[in-house]
Amino acid sequence: MTEKSEFEPLIVGFTCNWCSYRAADGAGMARIKYSPNVRLIRLMCSGRLDPMFVLKALAEGADGVLVSGCHPGDCHYVEQNYKAIRRFDLLKKVLAELGIEEGRVRLIWASAAEGLLLAKEIDKMVAEIRQLGPLNWKNIAWPVELDDEPAGVQIQPEFKAGGIHA
Amino acid sequence: MPENHKPRFGMYWAAGCGGCEIAVINIHEKLLDVDANFTPVFWPVALDAKYADVEGMPDGYIDLCFFNGAIRSDENAEMARLLRRKSGILVAFGACASEGGIPSLGNIGSAQEIIDTAFSTISTDNPLGLRPQPHYAAPEGELHLPRLSASVRALDQVVPVDYFMPGCPPESSQIEAVVELAIQAFKGQASLPPPGSVIGAGNSTVCDECPRIRTDKTIHAIKRMATFQPNLTDCLLEQGLLCAGAATRSGCQARCPQANAPCSGCYGPAVQGSEQGVRFLTAIASVTAGNTHEEAALVLDQIVDPLGTFYRYGLAHSLMHRARPQPERRDE
Amino acid sequence: MSEKVGVYICHCGSNIAGTVDVEELSHWAENTLPDVTVARNYKFMCSSLGQEMIQKDIQELGLTRVVVAACSPHLHEPTFRNACQQAGLNPYLFEMVSIREQVSWVTADKQLAAQKAKGLISGAVRRVVHHQPLNPIVVDIDPNVLIVGGGIAGIQAALEIADSGHHAYLVERQPSIGGHMAQFDKTFPTLDCSACILTPKMFAVGQHPNITLMTWSDVEKVDGFVGNFTVQVRKRARKVNTELCNGCMFCMEKCPKKVIDTEFEVGLTTRKAIYTPFAQAIPKYPVIDVENCTYYKKGTCKACEKFCPTGAIDFDQPDEIVKLKVGSIILATGYDLFDARRIPEYGYGRLPNVVTNLEFERMTNVSGPTNGQVVLKDGVSQPQAVAVLHCVGSRDKNYNNYCSAICCMQSLKFAHLVHEKTGATVYNFYIDMRTPAKSYDEFYQRVLAEGAIFVRGKVADITEVARTPEEEGKLVVQFFDTLDCSQRRIPVDMVILSAGLVARKDNDKVAKIFGVSRGADGWLIERHPKLDPVATMTDGVFIAGCAQGPKDIPASVSQGAAAAARVIGLIDRAQVTLEPIRARVDALRCSGCRICVTQCPFNAITFDEGLGVSMVNEAVCQGCGTCIPACPAGAISGTHFSNEQILAQIEGILQVGVRPAQVEVE
Repeated sequence: MTEKSEFEPLIVGFTCNWCSYRAADGAGMARIKYSPNVRLIRLMCSGRLDPMFVLKALAEGADGVLVSGCHPGDCHYVEQNYKAIRRFDLLKKVLAELGIEEGRVRLIWASAAEGLLLAKEIDKMVAEIRQLGPLNWKNIAWPVELDDEPAGVQIQPEFKAGGIHA
Repeated sequence: MPENHKPRFGMYWAAGCGGCEIAVINIHEKLLDVDANFTPVFWPVALDAKYADVEGMPDGYIDLCFFNGAIRSDENAEMARLLRRKSGILVAFGACASEGGIPSLGNIGSAQEIIDTAFSTISTDNPLGLRPQPHYAAPEGELHLPRLSASVRALDQVVPVDYFMPGCPPESSQIEAVVELAIQAFKGQASLPPPGSVIGAGNSTVCDECPRIRTDKTIHAIKRMATFQPNLTDCLLEQGLLCAGAATRSGCQARCPQANAPCSGCYGPAVQGSEQGVRFLTAIASVTAGNTHEEAALVLDQIVDPLGTFYRYGLAHSLMHRARPQPERRDE
Repeated sequence: MSEKVGVYICHCGSNIAGTVDVEELSHWAENTLPDVTVARNYKFMCSSLGQEMIQKDIQELGLTRVVVAACSPHLHEPTFRNACQQAGLNPYLFEMVSIREQVSWVTADKQLAAQKAKGLISGAVRRVVHHQPLNPIVVDIDPNVLIVGGGIAGIQAALEIADSGHHAYLVERQPSIGGHMAQFDKTFPTLDCSACILTPKMFAVGQHPNITLMTWSDVEKVDGFVGNFTVQVRKRARKVNTELCNGCMFCMEKCPKKVIDTEFEVGLTTRKAIYTPFAQAIPKYPVIDVENCTYYKKGTCKACEKFCPTGAIDFDQPDEIVKLKVGSIILATGYDLFDARRIPEYGYGRLPNVVTNLEFERMTNVSGPTNGQVVLKDGVSQPQAVAVLHCVGSRDKNYNNYCSAICCMQSLKFAHLVHEKTGATVYNFYIDMRTPAKSYDEFYQRVLAEGAIFVRGKVADITEVARTPEEEGKLVVQFFDTLDCSQRRIPVDMVILSAGLVARKDNDKVAKIFGVSRGADGWLIERHPKLDPVATMTDGVFIAGCAQGPKDIPASVSQGAAAAARVIGLIDRAQVTLEPIRARVDALRCSGCRICVTQCPFNAITFDEGLGVSMVNEAVCQGCGTCIPACPAGAISGTHFSNEQILAQIEGILQVGVRPAQVEVE
């Protein structure tokens, strides 16, 4: 389908202020060119990452989410990335049960000196999600119901054709 | 607001188990106050009525309507819209109407899977593999039966809702309190909270009402009710049971933890609008042991069915709303 | 009331403007994004003209929020926050996004770059609307200082602070201060006698009225926050009453029990069970090694007690716990030596006459076990050929990847000393020669002139197995000579391994106690590797010397002095302001589940049993935000990184597609 070949994944990224955001800055200073599909949000620490942010991004249009923090053992706040690991891993189990593919949500570590590594990971992730296709969760999760009243009261937007025939 | 007439009361069950109706009956003598202060005009479990009766009412006719059960079929949705038009105050009563409830776990699969499971289990006597049909030509005429929606929805995902009463079911003492509040309010002697509020519940979490002793937590192993007997004094979460109390709104007096069972989260999120499932899972992952993926897995892998555990009542209301429909089962 | 947002897009010369159409971008921002009152673009926003542009708009247009899209916030966030503040707008009502490092410098396709810039700006505008005005937190500073570690860095810091009129506690784990420097013989490049330059400083520390010296002591616990630390120190029992002891050392003379001295003499000789580590120890009071003392093991002897002229021996002396109140802490805990046994092919611990750098220092030291003679293990014969191996355990993927900074100079020093004392032929096996500082390279040239032979190649093997008659009875060094491109063997009599510097074994415990972080190699982490090498992420805790990473004595002294200067500055200011990015518990929402308490490594969260709620100490809180998602009741919020702000930022980002055709804007 032509649609798929024109598809460019939109990925929301969360980086910790001290290591990974600086890694992104470092990639910039070294003029490393990489896929422009990731928009980074700066958090003070990967421990600030609330799994709710990941769900929000996926539910509202992102095709993938990238989380990056300091290497375990190097966290600027001593041990907060360990919590990030556990929260992320438990969230991944739920995402798997929801049918979200592995490659769409990733947790990586990038120290302030690893701009090149971050750029490469981003390129890898973008290529993988390009293959997986758009997630388009808003349109998947809110199928148009048979009872939908076009002119009636609607709480949820953008219903599409769906329904079941027994 | 009722003026110059005895307030009219309605209660309807959509995709529910009937427990909410029983909880209302469980207010015992207070039912007499209901009878004294309200005229029930539509209450299928208690009175005979036809949908046409409701359609014939003027808009806003039912002053107070308790709507329990989730929206699982087109009939549920139609009644939700109808009762919204015909009600002054529409209350999403119970967990199913408030946030989807147990029926919304159907959003993990598809409506087709549910039909197949219900009609094809080994204990079902269905040798011809019959399935319910939405249309049936009976001798008396064409019958149109309700069809399952693709997804389960909470009441406020179909119509605007005035108040939410959480609980599976709501505690009878809370129902009493809400009934009393309504009686006073309709008399003009009390004011109702702002529309959209949660009523019949507390403003904290179940931990606030739970007498168990809590200390700082690290969970090294997950226990299950079937194979573990917790002690009566210590926090159930600290003992390894997945107790949702810390992530659940108060109001139930922590009945389950006091009966030695972990809270399953039926009173919904502690803060209206927040997603109980993600709060619960983040809290658990924050206090389990393990500093590497491998170490974390040793504990987290012991959680059977994370989606069902954390989103037991609130899947419909969650950001993701449902699991991704499988392509081969999706109707296009 | 909706906010009035000003958006400012920097060209950064052509750094941004060369890739992104900044004119179109500001036009788009002004006309498309919600709440944007004005959007401008300018060549250099960080210039005074750029900043005045923002200030004018704040004052004339009544802007309530400002967004700047330019370089990284790590560079100029403080600049623009300051500009806002000067114009009367709270500095935290400002948000900055990088469209240079994160867009124009890294994206080839101009259209996609513009989209990415739009996405980031859209996120920032949506986020900034939820920012709240914040005021920095002000705390008082206790003028007392704690210095942990009595090596040269700690000593320097202590003297600077004490000389400035302020009081310092110096806590040292060994019975005497002096650290590793006390073990050295000569120091490069000047070949000063180490003890000669060190002992006057040690003496000054011992005498100084402003220094409270606590040796044979450990820090066990630290509570509090910058300006207000409570430190629990265990002063281990010396078993000697320091009020009575006069330092005559008679007890040491009379003690019959000899113990191998693994600390100061690196296992080369013995000391007594009651001992001072070396003659010039400060303080002069000995300690009893209770693990090896005959009295503690069998209940007999007590020779020291019998012979002590002042009755200072006290076998029942208990440890003493003291609680100190200090405002700042300097960690100068030094290094351990790389264990050369980990490289079995070098034969350390197996072959006699293979020694480490520290062992050799003791050997050439006149007060050491061989009275300064460079001799073989027989104690008599001098070597005729000596090999000095650089980079033992350093610059090695198998052990430590980093360079230990001092080994080349140290190895040159050894070459010189061997030559001076024995006239032996010296071979230095190196990878690179690292002689960067003042007079270092001149020292290299001197050693070259003295006739030392330099071989560029990593040694593969040290063996006693001879292949030729010349190799009989020798230690054979087998190596690849990279300049010659050949495998070679050289027979020598002695091998000196320049073992690298490694982080102290217990740095993980130290880091936890003081709330600082360690790097991947175990060294304590500085706040910024270039611009802030002596501060840490924890306000009020500083690091100096080798605790921060391998370095030579001048650098350790500099860092000790630098840390002291920072501390003196803190004390002089008497108050310090902290960034108000903090977590807060809403006590009304908290139901006391206590899940949050274990989330904080700084112990900023405590549970109040009486009130039944958790509380965050704002001054201790470092603002990482980890406790915020942990709270299942949603009772913890974070300033400047709140859920509302981040969720809004996500929404803003998702409004702009990766390709221009995908733009959907409400």
